[in-house]
Amino acid sequence: MFRFIIAFCAISTASMATAEIDIKTVTSDGGIDAWVVEEPSIPFTALEIRMRGGASLDVDGKRGAINLMTALIEEGSGDMDAQAFQKRLDELAARFAFRVSDDIMSISARFLSENQDEALALLRQALTEPRFDQSAIDRVRAQVLSGIAGDAKNPNRIAGKYFDEVAFGAHPYGSPIDGTVESVSALTQADMFEAHRNTLTRNAVYVSAVGDISADEIGPILDDLLGALPSEGPPEPDHAGFALDGGVTVIDFETPQSVALFGHSGIERHDEDFFAAYILNSILGGSGFESRLMNEVREKRGLTYGIRSYLVPKFHAEMWIGQVASSNDTIAEAIAVTRDVWTDLATNGVTAQELADTKTYLTGEYPLRFDGNAKIAGIMVGMQMIGLPADYVINRNAYMEAVTLDDIKRVAAEYLRPEDMHFVVVGQPVGVETTD
Amino acid sequence: MRRLFALALIAFAPPAIAEEVTTYSLDNGMDVVVIEDHRAPVVVHMVWYKVGSADEPVGASGVAHFLEHLLFKATDVLESGEFSATVAANGGSDNAFTSHDYTAYFQRIAADRLELMMQMESNRMNNLVLTEDDIETERGVVLEERNQRTENSAGALAREQFVAAQYQNHRYGVPVIGWKHEMEELSLQDALDFYDLYYSPNNAILIVAGDVQPDEVKALAEQYYGVIPAEENLPERIRPAEPPQRAERRITYTDPRVSQPYLTRSYIAPERDSGAQKEAAALVYLAELLGGSPFSSVLGKALQFDSQIAVQSGAGYRGNSLDDTMFNVFVAPSEGVSLSEAEAAMDAAIAEFLANPIDPAELESIRTQSRASDIYAKDNVEGLARRYGVALTQGLTVEDVQVWPQVLQDVTEADIKAVAAKVLNRDQAVTGWVVSNAEEAR
Repeated sequence: MFRFIIAFCAISTASMATAEIDIKTVTSDGGIDAWVVEEPSIPFTALEIRMRGGASLDVDGKRGAINLMTALIEEGSGDMDAQAFQKRLDELAARFAFRVSDDIMSISARFLSENQDEALALLRQALTEPRFDQSAIDRVRAQVLSGIAGDAKNPNRIAGKYFDEVAFGAHPYGSPIDGTVESVSALTQADMFEAHRNTLTRNAVYVSAVGDISADEIGPILDDLLGALPSEGPPEPDHAGFALDGGVTVIDFETPQSVALFGHSGIERHDEDFFAAYILNSILGGSGFESRLMNEVREKRGLTYGIRSYLVPKFHAEMWIGQVASSNDTIAEAIAVTRDVWTDLATNGVTAQELADTKTYLTGEYPLRFDGNAKIAGIMVGMQMIGLPADYVINRNAYMEAVTLDDIKRVAAEYLRPEDMHFVVVGQPVGVETTD
Repeated sequence: MRRLFALALIAFAPPAIAEEVTTYSLDNGMDVVVIEDHRAPVVVHMVWYKVGSADEPVGASGVAHFLEHLLFKATDVLESGEFSATVAANGGSDNAFTSHDYTAYFQRIAADRLELMMQMESNRMNNLVLTEDDIETERGVVLEERNQRTENSAGALAREQFVAAQYQNHRYGVPVIGWKHEMEELSLQDALDFYDLYYSPNNAILIVAGDVQPDEVKALAEQYYGVIPAEENLPERIRPAEPPQRAERRITYTDPRVSQPYLTRSYIAPERDSGAQKEAAALVYLAELLGGSPFSSVLGKALQFDSQIAVQSGAGYRGNSLDDTMFNVFVAPSEGVSLSEAEAAMDAAIAEFLANPIDPAELESIRTQSRASDIYAKDNVEGLARRYGVALTQGLTVEDVQVWPQVLQDVTEADIKAVAAKVLNRDQAVTGWVVSNAEEAR
């Protein structure tokens, strides 16, 4: 066992926060790595488990299988049907959440110290002895189908679905993980077992635990919890590319406010310019009220309640996207202003003051994230998934500080490409037309 | 996102814990609550005003929430937007929210920045400098917020209609964000009148949670908030009471954007009252028993397991409210099941619940989970701060918050049966159907 102590300290001119978290990195006898922070002051533990792969491992023609399977993990296992399982979970007052996204299967557990062993035994049963009873499949399938029908009438979902379809085509990223009415209706119990075998595997597992638990006990716990899972799953998909060209697509939908999803391809998480791009995005359309987009579209013109932009570095694709909603008769102006802001940053970069203010915010805000067991566990497992070392928490702010005005200008010119922006607009926008 | 208002159709009120909390009052009547959590060098600084949309003058619906937006504009010493920019420049984040009964402002920041937050927050309590230009732009923003939250959502529009039918005399029937036609007319004077009357220390509660010492907070609070004079003309919070409801109310809301037909019913129900939280606690149990877990609750079992009447069902109760609140149930029928059939099945399940004893194991399970919630809740100091804010602006005391977990533990089967018999009466309820066309309304 390797022990790693991190006292991390962010110091800048305007704000100073220091926090000490003691991250212990452990490898179990069975070869599972885990990061642990011992925090016994509250008698519970937050355990976060991630498995790489996620819904992108759906087998051809079975879109939606992994999503449905994930929803069924809490619907019975071992000798317990769905109701018996939930009854046991309620008795223990443990909280389990099973979620899946494009690339990640995520298992979040919180359990009390007073019944830790029983809670972990129940979690092990859920993960390794699923039942996939036909009655549970039918019941949850109906819920998924109801959700798919809802998405078809949700402007944001309609926009996202079209954007992904054109950008990623036949790649798994090109379709919703829920699947279609046809694909979901055809799923069988055998498909559920196959999806489980392909998705819950040990070779791609990442673990963090924070709370009333010791680094010494985590190894045996994990070997017991995950040891029965297959060691390997199918290969992940190839890089997805990005096939959406610059332009505008209007999708007619009768509703008073149009929603616009926009963007183009982005930057890889491991690119050495990622930090510059991250700072640039904060200035462009990051959280809070100081961004250029928020200032121009909301604060100055009152055209929207909110506008944001996002760097989206997925495992097999990169996007730089944004979202805004405005009344049908003002969305054209919101789009025009958004284009202007994007163009201005690409052409002129940012001011020295903006860079300094944003660095102060980002470096000051970082230590504040570590203020709860569940939050720290979530951050640590996320770091592991993208290959960051434990001492990243010490160095991260230095990486931010190292970004220069020239870096920003170069990255803005290279990665912000107004001519490549595609706007997908759902609603009945006035003065916005689909381009060829 | 900023300046949002909390309005959950179905919410479960979790219990509170009672450790490391210090309270006192300033001479001008401002109450202070300090919650210590020294695990991380972070502080959450909140000011809650005991005023919300249900306190608005007639014809100016939405002004409480509109004013909340305007508090981020200029003051005598801060430029427009400088408040949030300063918080961000210090590595923090800030926001605000409005409900029927309260308006609250908060920042989350490094603990050593607390004084700066108090300096700015106390400044904007009395010294806002608004312009006509601010009014025009920000009115556009709140109208777009209404578009985003309500006009673009069939479910939200339906809920607005149902709540308006539930409260015929009380202002809870008016949406927090306001009716659109009144929002369009909100003026500078509307905002200023509301601000001048209600934003004062004797109508506010300061909550500071995180890595702080109570005596240091007290000294700072006295320095920044203690010097602001109390508002002498602060009106008593008297709201019009609902007349007795004498007949069932039913509404069918039709909107082509509805994908899944569903029905909801809200029963008028008592809220948590100071020194008398027993009925509310019993209602928390009732909501759990009737529709908490889809696997073990009365509706879940009857409609989703023993039969396939519904794809979803549930019940909810929000005990935090200054005046009478609602107890809600809802059912989304399965493909091929009509709303009438679903409603009949729901009513049959409720009737069966009322006629039979409650499984003691079920009660014990809810008790256990209530205790566990106290433990999990300690992990989130901001959540604890909100519990105090919500309670203290809605007529409860610190003591009420602290005894609430025990009140929940002490709920008996007889308490639940009594409150169920009193509340689950269709003549004191609004039943709403939400459909995409007339064909589905059967």
